Amino acid sequence: MGTDPAVVLEVRGLRAYLYTRWGVVRAVDGVSFALREGETLGLVGESGCGKTMTGLSIVRLLPEPAGRIVEGQVLLEGEDLVTKSEAEMRRVRGRRVSMILQDPQTSLNPVFTIGDQILEALRLHHPDGESSLAARAEEALRRVKVAAPEQRMRAYPHQMSGGMKQRVVGAIAVAGEPLVLIADEPTTALDVTIQLQYLALLKEIQARTRLAMLFITHDFGIVARMCDRVAVMYAGRIVETGPTRALFRAPRHPYTEALMASVPRMEGSVARLPSIEGQPPPLHDLPTGCRFADRCAYVDDRCRREYPPTMPVGPAHEAACWRIEPSPPSR
Amino acid sequence: MQRFILRRLAQSVLLLFVLALIVFALARVSGNPADLLLREDATQEDRAHLLRALGLDRPVHEQLYLFISGAVRGDLGESIRYRKPATEVFFERLPNTLRLLPLAMVGALALAIPLGVLAAVYRGTIVDRVSGAIAVLGIATPSFWLGIVLIYIFSIKLGLLPSSRMGGPSHYVLPTITLGLFLVAGMMRLVRSSLLEVMGSEFVKLARLKGLSQTVVIWKHCLRNALIPVTTLFGVYFALLITGAIVTETVFAWPGVGRLTYEAVIFRDYPLLQAVILLKAIIVLGVNLGVDIVYAYLDPRVRYA
Amino acid sequence: MARVEERIDAGFASTTTDASDHPRPRGDLARLPWVSFVIIAVMVLVAVLAPLIAPHSPTEQSLPDKLLPPAWEAGGSTKHLLGTDVLGRDLLSRLFYGARVSLIVAAVALLAGGGIGLIVGIVSGYLGGRTDSFLMRAVDATLTFPTILIALLLAVSLGPGLRTIAIAITVLIWARFARVVRGEVLAVKARDFVALARVHGCSHLRIMAVHIVPNVLNTFMVLLTLHIGFVIIVEASLSFLGAGIPPPTPSWGQMVSDGRSHIASAWWLSVVPGAAIMLVVLAFNLFGDWLRDWLDPRLRQV
Repeated sequence: MGTDPAVVLEVRGLRAYLYTRWGVVRAVDGVSFALREGETLGLVGESGCGKTMTGLSIVRLLPEPAGRIVEGQVLLEGEDLVTKSEAEMRRVRGRRVSMILQDPQTSLNPVFTIGDQILEALRLHHPDGESSLAARAEEALRRVKVAAPEQRMRAYPHQMSGGMKQRVVGAIAVAGEPLVLIADEPTTALDVTIQLQYLALLKEIQARTRLAMLFITHDFGIVARMCDRVAVMYAGRIVETGPTRALFRAPRHPYTEALMASVPRMEGSVARLPSIEGQPPPLHDLPTGCRFADRCAYVDDRCRREYPPTMPVGPAHEAACWRIEPSPPSR
Repeated sequence: MQRFILRRLAQSVLLLFVLALIVFALARVSGNPADLLLREDATQEDRAHLLRALGLDRPVHEQLYLFISGAVRGDLGESIRYRKPATEVFFERLPNTLRLLPLAMVGALALAIPLGVLAAVYRGTIVDRVSGAIAVLGIATPSFWLGIVLIYIFSIKLGLLPSSRMGGPSHYVLPTITLGLFLVAGMMRLVRSSLLEVMGSEFVKLARLKGLSQTVVIWKHCLRNALIPVTTLFGVYFALLITGAIVTETVFAWPGVGRLTYEAVIFRDYPLLQAVILLKAIIVLGVNLGVDIVYAYLDPRVRYA
Repeated sequence: MARVEERIDAGFASTTTDASDHPRPRGDLARLPWVSFVIIAVMVLVAVLAPLIAPHSPTEQSLPDKLLPPAWEAGGSTKHLLGTDVLGRDLLSRLFYGARVSLIVAAVALLAGGGIGLIVGIVSGYLGGRTDSFLMRAVDATLTFPTILIALLLAVSLGPGLRTIAIAITVLIWARFARVVRGEVLAVKARDFVALARVHGCSHLRIMAVHIVPNVLNTFMVLLTLHIGFVIIVEASLSFLGAGIPPPTPSWGQMVSDGRSHIASAWWLSVVPGAAIMLVVLAFNLFGDWLRDWLDPRLRQV
């Protein structure tokens, strides 16, 4: 394997703002990253830092009418999704990009059976007859390891456990055999043991389909377990990106560092993001300089004046901090 | 499911019994019920005769027994004005009201659901504001007055529609509007708010993520969920229509049970009024029971609970 | 069509991000319902000052002057600005005095019905258990039942009058108050200071009076305001049906009813008092909405 797998999804300079009556909330404020086939990129950060909004921007399902993509490109196999019409986007969703939402309890429509809701997704992607669709739906359930799929098809969401529902959501998400799967904290609402099973299931699906996965989480234990690379997000921007191992071993941004410092073990643990002194700046009233300045141990005048540029700090590893020297450090 | 229905049935019967007690007690609270029954020119002898005939000279608990056992047999006394059994008068008039109510209900739903959906879908725009204004105005407009204004405009000034009594289809127009509008405002607000709530839920996002269009998502995924509160309130709406019909039928001289209620009030026809109230109560409770069963069908969470 | 699609798309919203996460701006002067204030103030002034400002007695009949049109219509005179009714009584004066009746009935009925609802709600929410489930059953029963029928029954058995109508409206509204207040009490009860008061040995009665009541007062005030319009409409409807304040005391509902048989020749007799009802109810409802948003946005669902 000489060459890297192809880039499937590339986000460039994405800005998505929410226009509320309290002002403009700059939820996603210049985010760039690339995602390759078969790869998992973790998008990590505290709640409210814009992770979910980034995910929703990609599928163009920002809360309307408040949310709007104001700048940037979302390139799916080179095609820009930002400029697509709503009708074109409908053909992208589910078929080329899918998303798993955080809360399985509310992700399924309570008045339709599981079967109906899977069939609905399949029908959009496979124009074949109803009978073969039913078989496909059962197959989809079997693939996410739901026992007795024939019976489950007729069940309503409230008759299933949270973990089971999230499996069904997963089945729906991959039903259209998408290239990219965005998983927005898919296990937050699940019990710890169920979490691990679910993560294993996602890995298995990925191994089979060569899915590119954007894994949104605030849980470093999950990052260590799932992700090839990590992007750390703070107040609407990505402050550091790098291969999981490198970033865990040598975090270069003070924010990442602060996060790391308080994670006791990374392997196997389900360490949550620890609390760092202070609060992130409000997204509708951001400072001009570095957004982490108020909470940073190394802050100086320049940090408050100017936002630092993103600098390479190692192979495929970069961070945005004034403390980083222009040339890669010799270690 | 059966146990659920049986329990609701038992509750309804209990409620009816309490209501009968209230009716029984109210007739006695202001003095002897015989005085409510006697015509103004009645003599002392008439009074004594009536007391004996109705058993009103007996102790209260025996009177109560007589009243309840009569009521169970369908005997709620004789109307003073019509000089025949009150239940009979009621059932003669009931069909006329039953012709009006479904029209008003369907009309109200036909107006309120699309308006509520539009208001929710175009939230915050001029469409939303206009329908909000209609709702606020609708709630503030007394329906007896609306009926009179409609008569003035459409019957008297424009001469387009008949102003009163039953007759051909044109006779239904104004009463239906008056009675239906009574409900539209509240229904519309409910459809709007519950649809907005549903539209914000995660399963809507998931449905859009499948690649479904917004239209399909709203009409298939959202509306059925959003209509659940509307259906649970169907019983309340029905009760509102039954009471709204009193005013509407009075304004339009419509010979239904609503107008009959009004007559019983202005002629102080207590036996007729108590019959009307108990029978309407039975109808309303019956409809509520039916609604609960339909609701259980619509919402699988209840069905299997 | 593309535009329509876009507009429909604009409704796709999760309310969690654009509204409720942020604090509401409070007490913005521009958002005050000025029109409502003015209408309410005029009504209250007119009701209080009716004997001073009414041009005529509301009950004085003058058959030669009967069915005069309002001043701006042909044949009208400035002596009777809004014209006269079939007995020659001055419509404007009757309107002024009718405002009195509406306000007095609203005040008495709301204090009685609201008060009972408040007590039931507090007792039910605070004591919980069997008391609570019994009281809430009663509330549900009252809410599903067409209670206005009982109001009519009361009018016939007790005879019409202020007392009857106050009882009737109390029967109509107590359950609405009880339900909302109970919900509020449940929330307050869960807070620490109540537990603390118990630890300090306060009696239940004292806790309800000193700790619970002040905390549900905001909600109660909002409920009261939101129900003024409702009560005025109910009173007008009962009067219209001949079960309200008996004549000759003027009340708006009864005026609409009286004018009904002359609608072809003297439209103003019904239209003017009805419009007054609508305007006043509208004003009180808008005011109530504003007060609710200002004091207690959580009550929005009520």
